[in-house]
Amino acid sequence: MRYAISETPVIKRVLRSRWLQWSLTALTLLFFVLAIIAGLAGTPAGNRNFGIVFVWIVWWALLILLLVPFAGRLWCGVCPIPAPGEWLQRRALVQPRPGGKLYTLSKQWPRAFRNIWLQNAGFLGVALFSSIILTTPMATALVLLGFMIVAIGTSLVFERRTFCRYLCPVGGFIGLYSQVAPLELRVKDTAVCASHTEKTCYTGSDAGYGCPWLVFPGGLTNNTTCGLCTECLKTCTRDNIAIFVRQPGADLLKTTGHKLDEAYKGLIMLACGFIYSTVLIGPWGVLKETARAVGTPGWFAYAGIFLALNLAVFPGLFWLAVRAGSIPNPKYPMSRLFADYAAVLVPLGLTAWVAFSLSFVLINFSYAWSVLSDPLGWGWNLLGTVGLKWTPYIPGLVPYLQVPVLLLGLTAALALALRTARQYGQSPWAATPVAIFCAAATLGLLGLYLA
Amino acid sequence: MIRNTQHAIRNTQWLVGGITIALVLLALLAPLPAALAGGAAPQERHITISARSFAFEPGTVRVNRGDTVIVNLESTDVVHGLYVDGYGVATQAEPGRPGQLTFVADHVGAFRFRCNVACGNLHPFMIGKLEVGPNLTWLRAIAATLITAVGALAVFWKH
Repeated sequence: MRYAISETPVIKRVLRSRWLQWSLTALTLLFFVLAIIAGLAGTPAGNRNFGIVFVWIVWWALLILLLVPFAGRLWCGVCPIPAPGEWLQRRALVQPRPGGKLYTLSKQWPRAFRNIWLQNAGFLGVALFSSIILTTPMATALVLLGFMIVAIGTSLVFERRTFCRYLCPVGGFIGLYSQVAPLELRVKDTAVCASHTEKTCYTGSDAGYGCPWLVFPGGLTNNTTCGLCTECLKTCTRDNIAIFVRQPGADLLKTTGHKLDEAYKGLIMLACGFIYSTVLIGPWGVLKETARAVGTPGWFAYAGIFLALNLAVFPGLFWLAVRAGSIPNPKYPMSRLFADYAAVLVPLGLTAWVAFSLSFVLINFSYAWSVLSDPLGWGWNLLGTVGLKWTPYIPGLVPYLQVPVLLLGLTAALALALRTARQYGQSPWAATPVAIFCAAATLGLLGLYLA
Repeated sequence: MIRNTQHAIRNTQWLVGGITIALVLLALLAPLPAALAGGAAPQERHITISARSFAFEPGTVRVNRGDTVIVNLESTDVVHGLYVDGYGVATQAEPGRPGQLTFVADHVGAFRFRCNVACGNLHPFMIGKLEVGPNLTWLRAIAATLITAVGALAVFWKH
C-alpha cells in the first residue's frame, strides 16, 4: 500500500526542476562554510560557537529526530559535503552537461570496499573522539573540512558520488535507518525498465546525470543506497520513477539477504548509543574527563573498552542470542542468520538514538538563538537575540518521551525477530533469545536515563 | 475455512495488542497508594556538592520524597551553576563564594542536574543525578518494558 506523492502535478514540477536540489544544497553549504569559519576563527566556547551549536544540536536534532525517521536519506540529497566535488565533476552548478557528461578520472571503487565497512570504521573513528569533536569548535571545523576535502578528492578520481556511497561516516547510519522512513523512491513498473534499453537513469542524458549513487533505480528494493537526489526523476524518459509514501519500515519486512557490514553498523550504532548515554549524559565526571584526555593511559583504556564494546561485546552477545535460537534447527549458516536477525537493530538502534538525542537536544537547543545573532562569538548582536539566556525545554518531560520511543523500537524489533524466524522456517521460539537481547538493551538504556 | 482462521488470528492480535497497550499505560500512569510513593518521614537534607570542570561531586544525590533539600554548591575552579531538571531551580557558585538552593523533593524519579553557567568545552555534559526515592518512574518503565516485550511476542507470534 503506497501513494506516489511525486505524481501530484505541483510536486512533480518542483522535483523535476534542477533548481530545487541546487538551491537547498547551496543553503546547507552556506551554513556548512559558516560552521567551518566559526570553528577556525570563532570563540572556542562551544555553546557560543555556531559550528558546535548548529552542527551538533540543530542539525543533529533535525537529522535524527525528523529527517531520518520520516524522510530517510533526504538529508543526503541536500548535503553540502559532496556538493563542491560534484560541481567540479560536472563543471556546472545547475544545468547539466550534454549527455550528463562528468569530468573525472572515473576510476571504479575497489571491489573489496564496495560495502560499508569503511563507513563503519570512519564512524567509529569519529565516535571515539566525539567528546572532543562535539565540544571543541576547532575540532568540529577540522573534521568537517576533512570530510569535504576527501569528498572532493574522491570525486576527482572516482566515479560519481563514491564518497557518499562508500566512505561517508554519517551516510552509513543514515542509509541503515532510512529503511524505517515512510518515504521511498522506486520505479513505478519494473517491466518498463526492463524494456528501456538506454537506461538513462543510470547512464545520464541531456536532462541530467546518471545516478550519482551508482544505483540502477529499477533494481532498488530498499532505501539504503538511494540518496533521494531526484536525478533519476529528471532523466527517466519513460516517466517511470516516483517518490512514494508507504508503510513505515516497509524495507525491513524483507528480513533475508542482509549483509554483515550492515549488521555491524547496527551493532556499532547500538553500542555507541549506550556509550554516549553513559559517558556524555551520565553523572560520572571521571568518564567524561578520561574520554577527553587523548593520549593518556586512561584514554587508551577508554579507547580499548570503546572498541571492544563496539566490535566484540555487543556483536558477541548478539551472536550468542542468534546462535541460541538456532540450536534446535542448525541448518542455516550462522553468518546469514546473524546478518538477517540484525534487522531488529534498525528500529532498536534508531529509537535508542532518538531517546539519547532527546536528552540533550531539548536541553541545549536554546543556545541556537543567541548563536544566530553572534555566530562567531565576537560580541555581535545581528538579530537582537544574543541576550536570550539558556533555557532548557521541557526537561522534566524528557523521560516521558524517551520511554514510549524506546518501547516503540522494542515492539518493532520483536516483530522483526519473529518475522525473520518465520522466513527461515524456524519456530517462533528461535527468535526469543534475540527478543531477550532487544528487551535487555531497552531496559539498559532506560536504566541509564531513569534509574 | 483458512480465511476464517486468519480473521480469528487477526482479531486475537488486535485484542492482545489492545490489552498490551492498556497494561503499558496502566504501568506507566496508574496512581499508586501514598504508602508506596513515599517511604521514610520527610526530613531536611543538607547536601554539599562540589563542582569542577566538568563534574559534580557527588555525581549522584539520593533523597526521599517530601524531603526538604538544601544544596550547598561549592566551586573549586571557575564559575559553575546547578540547575535541577524537573524542578526548575538553580544556583551558582564561584571559588570561595558558594551558592545555596532549597527545594522540596515532591516529585519522585531520577532527575538530571546540570551546570547552567558556560564553564568550558564539556559544559553541556556537566551533569549529575538527583534520585528522589522510591524511583517509581524506573520501576514503572521496567514493568512497561516487560509488558511490551511479552505483549509484542504474543501479538506477532503467529502473524
